[in-house]
Amino acid sequence: MKVFKISQAELDNMVALWSQSRKVYRPAVGRQQQAQPDYGPGWRKAEGASPLTVPIGPAAGSVKTFLFPQPETMMTYSLKTGDPDRGLMKEPAKLTESQVVVGLRPCDARSVLLNNLPFREDPFYQANLERTVFVGFTCDESLSTCFCEQMGGSPLDSDGLDIAFSRAENGYLAEILTPKGEELMAGLNLAPAANSDITALADRRKERPGKDTAILNTMQGKDLNKLYEAPLWQPLGDSCINCGACTFICPTCYCFDIQDEVVKGSGRRIRYWDSCMFPLYSLHTTGHNPRGRKLQRTRNRFMHKLKYFPERFGPFSCVGCGRCVQDCPVNIDIREVMADLLTVE
Amino acid sequence: MISYLPYPVRIDDITVETEDGNLKSFKLVFENEQQKKAWRHVPGQFAMLSLAGQGEIPIGIASSPTEDGHLLFTVNRAGKVTTALHQMKTGERMGVRGPLGNGFPLATDMKGKNIVIIAGGFAVTTLRATLIYLLEHRADYGKITFIYGARTPGMLLYQNELKQWAARGDLDLHVTIDREAPGWDGLVGFVPTIAGQVAPSPENSVALICGPPIMIKFTMPPLEKIGWTDDQVYLSLENRMKCGEGVCCHCNVGPTLVCKDGPVFTRTQVRQLPVEY
Repeated sequence: MKVFKISQAELDNMVALWSQSRKVYRPAVGRQQQAQPDYGPGWRKAEGASPLTVPIGPAAGSVKTFLFPQPETMMTYSLKTGDPDRGLMKEPAKLTESQVVVGLRPCDARSVLLNNLPFREDPFYQANLERTVFVGFTCDESLSTCFCEQMGGSPLDSDGLDIAFSRAENGYLAEILTPKGEELMAGLNLAPAANSDITALADRRKERPGKDTAILNTMQGKDLNKLYEAPLWQPLGDSCINCGACTFICPTCYCFDIQDEVVKGSGRRIRYWDSCMFPLYSLHTTGHNPRGRKLQRTRNRFMHKLKYFPERFGPFSCVGCGRCVQDCPVNIDIREVMADLLTVE
Repeated sequence: MISYLPYPVRIDDITVETEDGNLKSFKLVFENEQQKKAWRHVPGQFAMLSLAGQGEIPIGIASSPTEDGHLLFTVNRAGKVTTALHQMKTGERMGVRGPLGNGFPLATDMKGKNIVIIAGGFAVTTLRATLIYLLEHRADYGKITFIYGARTPGMLLYQNELKQWAARGDLDLHVTIDREAPGWDGLVGFVPTIAGQVAPSPENSVALICGPPIMIKFTMPPLEKIGWTDDQVYLSLENRMKCGEGVCCHCNVGPTLVCKDGPVFTRTQVRQLPVEY
């Protein structure tokens, strides 16, 4: 692995250079950006040489907007009268245009890997993964809502990144972790990092090892039906208003709805982020709804993240970014839910 | 890699199955010869019926893989896509994506056993596929019992086939309607009652039960009374689905995905799940 020492000015030049030949995105700072056709709010296009500042904690929008954008065209078709291909579904051209996401945090980087478990065979997610380069920044400071270490991550971790920037004296250390990262850095005249800097970073990582699986192990040892029947869901379901905000800002909520959309005889089948907080999500055509009550829907979200997903794939479906803690209008805190679940016998 | 792209098919034939006109069977033929040849399904699996501009719906496959060259789906008119489908005509194009789900383990766990099929209402569709498959492979199975009930004689599906099956000597057929009706000289009574009267022996047997939840609930006690256990009973769950490939999360019952892990489960498996179906 190559490690370079990079100054802030070099970093800004690099981002400017990349943005000449590729789409480069960076966290939006300050006023919230509107959603754009090719990405969601919380991010903006990096253009020109404006200095890159990465806000403390995760960007306002999660990185899933780049891998699992909405709407995403799954197929197209014509409904024009007389068209011999009328009603024939066609695959859209595979997206290959390279994009670079700069400034994501280790929590979001890890979400890319976690979502890749259910999406491993999904052609659209895989195509987006292939064309995206992740240039992340490890965290020196955390927000009060950050809890990546509880979920098996670490603020200094580089999993899921192609290039990881970490604070060093008078600048950054850039670890080039993948061939995609190397390709992005090719041709740049950069100074290799001094051994003392590399050792310093390794020492900091030793101090905060993270990747603790103690909570995961305890949760996996709990009986699913006992967790499901626990009395804690009643007050939680009462206070949750099922607004779905947590599911949309969550980097690891990945469920989707599929809809058809026709404009002037040209149709497309698209997928959108959905939310298990909504009654329509599980409503049968007969009117029967397996999760017709608010409590059931609230429970489903937390159980999915903390029990169902680990049963299926191993890790929690949560990276501890804390966005849902920040944005919940009724102050539901997944850390408290988790602590309560851990007391269920 | 998953392909969400449906195969183009043409509607070859439409049969109005029931007297209320709400159930129609659609015989579909593939447009593409290679896709037709590549299609393999087992009874109990389902597929997504795709209507451009309307959407997709998961429907159990009513045809047996032994009926070569076409697919059959019997569809109840209920929502947006099914209503549009009911308005379609022979010769028109639509799409099929699948086959999806696990299906009944007919060629594995059930081989050599006595098979008891219990169906209520239009849940009989995948059991039609099953019975036709079993009769094609008759020597591989023991006694076959088929119990099927509908509200009225006019609500029975597949009436021509019921007549053919009744004429065969190698299966035990019990067709019942809920109440006496003019011109009906067959069995009268709810499916659970008939199942209790037929009392199929649990020895070396499996039961495949599809019907409204209330029917399944009341069918179990008479079977349990004569020694049937939960792991001999196979059920098929339904939940709202979108992708059908175990990705979109919609059909989850606890950690289980109906589309991928099911729709067929033993009653033992179902009882371990939260009641979210």
